[in-house]
Amino acid sequence: MRIIMSDKITECVKRLCIEANCVLPADIRKRIDEARAAEKWDVAKGILDNIIINYGIAEKGMQPICQDTGMACVFLEIGQDLHIEGSIEDAVNEGVRQGYGDGFLRKSVVKDPLDRVNTKDNTPAMIYYDIVPGDKLKITVAPKGFGSENMSQIKMLKPSDGLEGVKAFVQKVVEEAGPNPCPPIVVGVGIGGTFDKAALLAKKALMRSTDMRNSNPFYANLEKELLEKINASGIGPQGFGGLTTALAVNIETMPTHIAGLPVAVNINCHVTRHMTEVL
Amino acid sequence: MEKRITAPLTKDVVKTLKAGDSCLISGVIYTARDAAHKRLVELAEAGKPLPIDVENSVIYYVGPTPAKPGQAIGSAGPTTSYRMDAYSPTLIKLGETGMIGKGKRSPEVIAAMKECGAVYFGAIGGCGALLSSCIKKAEIVCYEDLGAEAVRRLEVEDLPVVVVIDAEGNNLYEIGRKEYLETL
Ligand code: SF4
Repeated sequence: MRIIMSDKITECVKRLCIEANCVLPADIRKRIDEARAAEKWDVAKGILDNIIINYGIAEKGMQPICQDTGMACVFLEIGQDLHIEGSIEDAVNEGVRQGYGDGFLRKSVVKDPLDRVNTKDNTPAMIYYDIVPGDKLKITVAPKGFGSENMSQIKMLKPSDGLEGVKAFVQKVVEEAGPNPCPPIVVGVGIGGTFDKAALLAKKALMRSTDMRNSNPFYANLEKELLEKINASGIGPQGFGGLTTALAVNIETMPTHIAGLPVAVNINCHVTRHMTEVL
Repeated sequence: MEKRITAPLTKDVVKTLKAGDSCLISGVIYTARDAAHKRLVELAEAGKPLPIDVENSVIYYVGPTPAKPGQAIGSAGPTTSYRMDAYSPTLIKLGETGMIGKGKRSPEVIAAMKECGAVYFGAIGGCGALLSSCIKKAEIVCYEDLGAEAVRRLEVEDLPVVVVIDAEGNNLYEIGRKEYLETL
């Protein structure tokens, strides 16, 4: 059995927190550049130009792309033949603490949702565990801003609502969000499972590269159709009008109950950050 | 063409600003998010003096990242404004003339803006690194315990913003989208 020490996890999480906040993934840059080329509305062009300048400045100076450096969502895929020496949870939180401290990132976490006192080190991380075959550990850090998180919604549709119900709900969520989540946005959709699993699918959908479509051609087409519909809405960059309301729609699905059709829509902004490393 | 304006912002200048205008703000502005707004409004309601001069003030809804050595401030883009909606009418009535944020505002805020003469600017959400370069000086005025949410006095130079809602209640989120869709 392979063994890794938990301090390796801390080092890795720390590095990923800093880099993910300063370096925008290549696929998102590609989407923004393509959107700029396709945009005909002057105001929208100007905003996309500034967004492009901004991610350049951020990477060059290793400065956060956005001041909301997010809650640290940390996805762990743990090989079942791997043994981790020490507490995984503590190791991840220590990585977040060091990354947000040494990286000059904003501490945006409050200890109690109602009492609202800041923990001052951006912990705890939101940790998601998956056990997978093998003896590796895959760590993804995705700092999630709440301007867009707050615009996300979940709905337990009826099976009779069907495909049309899903499409209408996704469009409604984007419409209600309007300018608030810093469009252009990335839309993560989770369909199926239970109430909680649908939300998790939607979040995981945001981790998938926007270069990739769903492997099922039916859902790949639905992703394209929804993207076109959203971009016909005219909301545009920052809500000032234009073609580019969304950069991508990513859908993930799973089996569900005969009586249900859960649909979750997790909205992300153009600062869709995530970075992965395998230990 | 961009309009150059100065903060503090007088009501005479507010009247000249129309939804859709691109502006460059220079001068002194303050930062406050919802936690700070709550405290300011509680003081105002108790009839106590406020720690900032609200008359003709421009308040930027931002919680910056910590400054690295040599920087005046870290990344500093706008936060979503609707969380300030419960508090803004009180500050507008006390003389606040400008707000900088992103996203929609409530009918109550827009009514107070029309009544008293105030304007709502949008800065580009998610461009914190870029906007940071327009902030030349930053110092904490009060509520240091709120960390990123403390009230700061900023000296800004040519901070790029767009008038989203003007003092007549014209709203770029409605007008811009409609005009764009009409071109199709
Ligand atoms: S929604 Fe995204 S881009 Fe907008 S402020 Fe939050 S993290 Fe930044």
